[in-house]
Amino acid sequence: MADSDGRQVVSINHSTEEDVKLQEVVQAKCEGKELTKEEKQRLRKEKKQHKKNKKDDRGPPEKEKEKEKASVLAPSKPATQSPAHKAAPVPVNASASESPVAAEKPAKSKAEQRAERRARQDTERASKQGKKEGGQQSASSKPKATPNELQPVVKRLPEHIQVDDPAALKKLAKKLERQQVPLRSDYGYKVSLFSHLHQYSRKNPPTQQISIPATVIHPSIVRLGLQYSQGIIAGSNARSVALLHAFKQVIQDYSTPPNEELSRDLVNKLSPYISFLSQCRPLSASMGNAIKYIKKEISNIPSQCKEEEAKRRLQECIDSYINEKIILASEAISKYAIEKISDGDVILVYGCSSLVNHILCEAFEKQRKFRVIVVDSRPRLEGREALRRLVKKGIRCTYVLISALSYILPEVSKVFLGAHALLANGYVMSRVGTSQIALVAKAYNVPVLVCCETYKFCERVQTDSFESNELDDPDDLIVTRNGKTHLENWQTVKSLGLLNLVYDVTPPDFVDLVITDLGMIPCTSVPVVLRVKNVDQ
Amino acid sequence: MELQAVLMAAGGGSRMMDLTYNTPKPLLPVGNRPLIWYPLNLLERVGFEGKHSVISENKPSKVSLKVKMISTTDILVVSCDLITDVALHEVVDLFRAHNATLSMLMSKVHEFTETVPGQKGKKKAGEQRDFVGVDVTGKRLLFMANEADLEEGLVLRKSIMRKHPRMLIKTGLLDAHLYCLKRSVVDFLVHNKSVTSIRGELVPYLVRKQFSKSLNSKNATEDTEKNQKQQDAHHNLELLSTSKEEALLQLARERSCWNDHRGDMSEAYHGGKLRCYVHIMEEGMCYRVNTLAAYIEANRVVPKLFEDPPIHPTAVVSERSLVGSDSIIGPICQISEKTSIKRSNVGTSSTIKEKVKITNSIIMNGVTIEEGCNIQGSVICNNAVIGRGADMKYCLVGSGQRIEPEAERTNEVIVGSDQLMEI
Repeated sequence: MADSDGRQVVSINHSTEEDVKLQEVVQAKCEGKELTKEEKQRLRKEKKQHKKNKKDDRGPPEKEKEKEKASVLAPSKPATQSPAHKAAPVPVNASASESPVAAEKPAKSKAEQRAERRARQDTERASKQGKKEGGQQSASSKPKATPNELQPVVKRLPEHIQVDDPAALKKLAKKLERQQVPLRSDYGYKVSLFSHLHQYSRKNPPTQQISIPATVIHPSIVRLGLQYSQGIIAGSNARSVALLHAFKQVIQDYSTPPNEELSRDLVNKLSPYISFLSQCRPLSASMGNAIKYIKKEISNIPSQCKEEEAKRRLQECIDSYINEKIILASEAISKYAIEKISDGDVILVYGCSSLVNHILCEAFEKQRKFRVIVVDSRPRLEGREALRRLVKKGIRCTYVLISALSYILPEVSKVFLGAHALLANGYVMSRVGTSQIALVAKAYNVPVLVCCETYKFCERVQTDSFESNELDDPDDLIVTRNGKTHLENWQTVKSLGLLNLVYDVTPPDFVDLVITDLGMIPCTSVPVVLRVKNVDQ
Repeated sequence: MELQAVLMAAGGGSRMMDLTYNTPKPLLPVGNRPLIWYPLNLLERVGFEGKHSVISENKPSKVSLKVKMISTTDILVVSCDLITDVALHEVVDLFRAHNATLSMLMSKVHEFTETVPGQKGKKKAGEQRDFVGVDVTGKRLLFMANEADLEEGLVLRKSIMRKHPRMLIKTGLLDAHLYCLKRSVVDFLVHNKSVTSIRGELVPYLVRKQFSKSLNSKNATEDTEKNQKQQDAHHNLELLSTSKEEALLQLARERSCWNDHRGDMSEAYHGGKLRCYVHIMEEGMCYRVNTLAAYIEANRVVPKLFEDPPIHPTAVVSERSLVGSDSIIGPICQISEKTSIKRSNVGTSSTIKEKVKITNSIIMNGVTIEEGCNIQGSVICNNAVIGRGADMKYCLVGSGQRIEPEAERTNEVIVGSDQLMEI
C-alpha cells in the first residue's frame, strides 16, 4: 500500500524540479523507511509551496538548494528539511541541524507551517540580496531566521572554527579580499573531528603573496606574523608582548589622513593587520584581550587631541599595560607562589611556561630548597627549553616525557602549571597534555596549582577540547630515525590523518588553586574576576 | 618603508670583455631584452615600485657609489646580471623573521653544456671555488671564504665550532649577488670607506663578525683587522645595531620558548646580535651572466620562460624561410627566403639575407648577414657584418666587426685591434 501511495506521489511530479523530489523519495524508500500518510501529506504541501515559490521567480537557487539538500542528507525526511533547516531551535553547528529535524518529524502543526512561511520569506529576502545559500545554513545567519523561535539568543560562531562551512569560508575570503590580506590555504587531510579548524603548513608561509616591500600591511606586522607562523615567538606572554611592540611601531608610523579622526581611522587601520596575524596563527586569548584594550584606548582619544599628543598617549598606554599586566603581574604571582613552595619540595612542571619558570627562578633566588621535574611531550618538546633555563639558574632538574608521568608522580609533592587562558566556566586552556597531568595528579592526590595572569581570563566557555582549538602543521609529527622516515608520504595513504593539536582544556575539578596577580583563588572564581574586571572598565 | 632596492649596474663585465668592450654589460641583449630588464622585472613582480639604479662608467668596485647614499631603510642589493625565478620572499622572510643583518641568495651551480666560442682547453681559468658553511638547518650562514683568500687551507675558528658543532660546508654554490642588508650596515659602509666590494669584503666580514668575541668592548681581537679605524668601525656597527634592539623585543624573546639550537646552555642565537642567513635554491633557475658561457646558457634558457611570441610581430619573415620553434626573432628584423634558423636568437633590426643557415647562435642587434652564410654555435655582436658565403663555427664576432666574404673561421674570437689593447 505504501508503494502505491508512493507511486501516486510520484505521478504528481512532472517538472524537473520534482525529479529531484523523486530522487529523494526513491532515496527515502531505499533507506527502508516507509512514508506514512502524514509524511506524504507534508510532501504534497511542500511541493505546492515550492511550486508557488517557483512562480515567485526563484527557480534556480531553489533548485540548487533542493538538490544540495537531497545530496546532503539521507535518513530524515526531505520535507521537513526546509522548515527545520532555518527554524532549527538548537543553535549548534550546521552539521547538527539534522538532529532537530529528526526531533520535529512527528509534530507537523500550525507552528510548523508558520515556520515554513517565515522561512520562505527569509529565503526570498536572502535571495534578493543575492546571497547564494549553500546546502548547510551557516550558523551566523541563524540568528536572522530565529528571532521569534524558541531559543531567543543565538551567538555567532567565530569564523575560525567554521572551516568546513563553505558559506563562512566565502565570507572570510571576501573579507580578506576587501582588506587586501592574502588568504592562507589549508594543508593536508584533517582528522574529521577537527575538520572545522584551520590547518596550515609552515612550508606555505603567509608572506607568499605579500609584496616586498610590504606596503598594505605594516612591515613590523609582517615580521610579527612570520615570527608567529614559524614559532619563533611562542608562548602566550611572548606573543602579547611582541604584538604590543608591533602596535607601538604601527602607531609611531601612523599619520592621520585628512578629514579623518585618529580615534576612528586608526582602529580601521588595525583591522587588516589583525586579520593578517590571525591568518598566520590564530590569535590567543591574551592577544585578544590586548587588542580589545588597545581599541578601547584608541576610541577614547578625545577628538581635539593633537596627533603627536595622541600617539604619545597611546604609546604610554601600551607601556603601562605591559608593565601592569605582564611584568608586575608576574612579580605578584611569584610572591604568592613562593609562599606555596616549601623546602624539600619536588615540583613538577610541564612544557615551557614563562610564568612558571619565572616563579621557580625567583624561589631559587630566595633560597628555597626544591627540585624540579620537567615533563615534556612531542612534537614541540618545549620542556627542553624550560630545562635549559632552570639548569642555567642552578636548579636541580629531572627530565621525563609525559609517558613516564605515572611513574614519576609518586615522587612529586606539587604540580605547577601555566595556562594559555582561563575560561569563564573555570576550565583551564593550556598546552595539550596539561589535562592529562592534572588528571593523573588528581589520581595521586598531588595538589595542582595553575599560575595565570588576569589578562588571560577570557569570557569564552568551553567544556571540551574539540570546539575551539588550534591545529599545528602535521608535518611536525614526522620524525627521521636511523635514516628512515616512515611517515614521509603520509598524504598518499588515504585513511591516514596526522593530528597535531596545540591546546586542551582541564576541568576545574582537577585544579586545586589558581594563582593570579589578584591573589590565590579557586578555579570557580574566574567569572567573579571577570565581572569585577568588566565593572572596572 | 621596509626595503629599498639598489641595482648595481656598475660592473664592467671584466670576465667577458669581448662582449662588453663596446656595450655596457647591463645593456647586453639576452633573449632580445637588455640584461638589466631581468632583475628589474624580478623586483617589479615582487612589488617594488621605486628603484635606485647605480651606474658608473669605469669603476669595477661595487660599493664606492653607495657611500653617496644614506639610506633610511634596509636595502636589497641586486646585481644587474642576475636572471632568476626565485621566490624572493624566501630570502626576505629570513631577513624579516630573524631580524637578520644580512640575508643572501645562493643556488646550485649548473654545468654549462654549450660550447663556448674561442675557448681553448677544458678547464676554465679564473673560476675560484667558494666555500660556504651553513648550520644544520641550512639557513644560517656560518662561514664564507673564496678559494683565492685561503692560503694554505681552510681555517675554522673554535668559537664557531663551539656554538655550532654541526656545520655543512658546500662548494658547488653560485652566489647570486642578491643581498638584504640592514640599515646599520649601510651606515657602517658610509663611515668606513676602506670596504670596496660587497661580495669580496663586506659579506665575509659580516659572516666573521657574527662570532666575534666581545661585542661591547673595544678590544675586539680580530686577526684580519689591523687598522684602528676599522676597529672603530666595528664598534660603530655594534652600537648601531644594539641601539635598535628595544627592551620590549628583548622581553618578548625572553618569554618565548623558542631556541634556534639545542644542546648547550645559551639562549636563542647564542645572544648574538649579528646574524647572517642564506637561502640556497634547490631548484629553479638562477644565472649570473658574467662570463661568456653563462651568457650563452642564459640566452638558451631564458626565452622559454616568458610567454612572448617567438617571432616578434614587427619582424618580416619571408614564407620560404624556416624558423625553428626554439628560436626567437626580435623586432624589425628581416629574414629573407630560404633561410634556416634553429635554436638561435636574432636581435633587433637584424637583416638576414637569403640562403643563410644559422644554428645554435646568438645574433645581437643591428647585424647584417649576407647571403649564403653558415653560422653555427657563434655569437655575433651588435652591428657586425658577415660577408657573403662566410662560414663561422663557434666564433665570437665582436661589435661592429666585418667578416670578409667567403671567410672560414672556426673557434675564433674576432675583435677589433683597438679592443685588444684594453685590459
